[in-house]
Amino acid sequence: MASATRVREPKPVRWALRAIVTAYVFLLVLWPVSLVVKYTFADGMTAMTTALAEPDVRQALRLTVMVALIAVAVNLVFGVGISLLLVRYEFPGKRVLSALIDVPLSVSPIVVGLALVLVYSPRNGLFGKGLSEAGIQVIFASPGMVMATVFVALPLVIREVVPVLQEIGDEQEQASQSLGANAFQTFRRITLPSIKWAVVYGVVLALARSLGEYGAVKVVSGNVTGQSRTATMIVESKYQGFEQPAAYAVAFLLAMASVVCIVVVGFLRPSTGDHS
Amino acid sequence: MSIEIKDINKKFGDFVALEDISLNIPTGQLTALLGPSGGGKSTLLRIIAGLESTDEGTVHIEGVEATHLPPQKRNVGFVFQHYAAFKHMSVAKNVAYGLEIRKRSKADTKKRVAELLELVHLSQFAHRLPSQLSGGQRQRMALARALAVEPTVLLLDEPFGALDAKVRKELRDWLRRLHDEVHVTTVFVTHDQEEALEVADEIVVINNGRIEQIGSPDELYDAPANDFVMSFLGPVTTLEGLLMRPHDIDVSTAGEVAGTTPGEVVRMLRVGFEVRLTVRPTTGRGAGSSPGQEGDVTVVLTRSHARELGIDVGSTVWLSANRGATSVARRAIAAV
Repeated sequence: MASATRVREPKPVRWALRAIVTAYVFLLVLWPVSLVVKYTFADGMTAMTTALAEPDVRQALRLTVMVALIAVAVNLVFGVGISLLLVRYEFPGKRVLSALIDVPLSVSPIVVGLALVLVYSPRNGLFGKGLSEAGIQVIFASPGMVMATVFVALPLVIREVVPVLQEIGDEQEQASQSLGANAFQTFRRITLPSIKWAVVYGVVLALARSLGEYGAVKVVSGNVTGQSRTATMIVESKYQGFEQPAAYAVAFLLAMASVVCIVVVGFLRPSTGDHS
Repeated sequence: MSIEIKDINKKFGDFVALEDISLNIPTGQLTALLGPSGGGKSTLLRIIAGLESTDEGTVHIEGVEATHLPPQKRNVGFVFQHYAAFKHMSVAKNVAYGLEIRKRSKADTKKRVAELLELVHLSQFAHRLPSQLSGGQRQRMALARALAVEPTVLLLDEPFGALDAKVRKELRDWLRRLHDEVHVTTVFVTHDQEEALEVADEIVVINNGRIEQIGSPDELYDAPANDFVMSFLGPVTTLEGLLMRPHDIDVSTAGEVAGTTPGEVVRMLRVGFEVRLTVRPTTGRGAGSSPGQEGDVTVVLTRSHARELGIDVGSTVWLSANRGATSVARRAIAAV
């Protein structure tokens, strides 16, 4: 009924709006990305096969996936934990914590990388010296890269889960408790099923973000070929080094990963309809 | 005594929610905590359930010191105003929850769930999700879920508050009958005096964090401890400085008799079988005041009685308290 009586804009306005939006998306997203695809497959599969035959590229892809998976796992655990803390508990400094969580979204990743170097650098970092004497290298090695990636993807799970937790309220959890369930049983049987889709959505977003991270990881990785280069760094160095086909190939793989993530989310979203 | 509450104090910041509450709730009875919103009755119920902590005081349930026990160790059943249904579980799963937590055998659980669904008349909905049930059905499911674990006490927090008037009345009757069958010590919170009077064996009137009166529905109605209790249990009016119920006032058109108050009918409203009169006294305290003011007396008659007397707006009537009327001296400002 409501849609039938809704006031609609006149036809020319509607068409103009559609055209503007379509042109905007086409010029900014669709066209550039399609060019990457076009250049990747300009010579059929050659660019892709030669790039994938290179040990450096393969190492970089492996490293990217590893760093991203660890970062997502860490963000999953801490993200859900921090969300519960923010929504279900009152404590001093709660608003400050909530604001701090958004810092990774607003601060340039380069700054994040630099900050990590300042703390963990083996030469003059605050913790770095002690850690490197203990034989643990953080900067210019994978732990630092994981930390940088965790940092930039930190808010994604939390910002998905917090609103859902707020919406479902805590009465179901209280009911569960009064029926004899302890905190862990309540979380597993009541809270987790209710926030399941938000968590999955957050994880997919965090994964996409982690795979594509460049700035922060570059600063902490040391950019050592065959050791601490991720896929994004390979794209950059190949492109600068006049190996454009290889750059396009890796860029295509990164874009494909994002598309897969978006498609997965697209499939998940409708099924959340009856939960929210 | 099933629940013993001693010297409970509870504050939320500066707000005093409960002050020096001591209360004994007898085993096997249906007790209502009655009072206005924000009066502390829900807080008291949540303290009994362990969902809220006390600042001072102790709670014993069936002789067990429970003040610092977490809710899952108290063996109480709690029913929330907004059902708190587990949305992702079927009705049967909801009811089975407490039993599964207690690791009862599958066969046992199944049997008990079937019994309870039978009890709350939801057997045919066992495989539905809560979202596919009406409000009244959801609340019956929540009751079955709370009863499944055989709690020592059943606590209901405004259980019918979110339902429409008709369903509320049905569920009220049903709760009374259910309690007569199950005999579990039950405490329920309500702000609806009719609900409390109709269902409860005993009523505890709570206002501003304090207990105003404890007693059976008849005791409360016939001998209210103060004007608050009296005015909370139903409409009241003031005649000759005394608080009384509008239906306890006799109206006569026969003329001046000693002890009656003459007045003029200024408003007449008919609602169904009853007629509500607003009478302005022509002598005494209320004389000469403007409409809706202090001195105006509200009187309720049946439709047939009003017709018999031939009353209309502008008629002069003589008012007197019915023999056997309950009245309470009016506190100047405290009256709401």
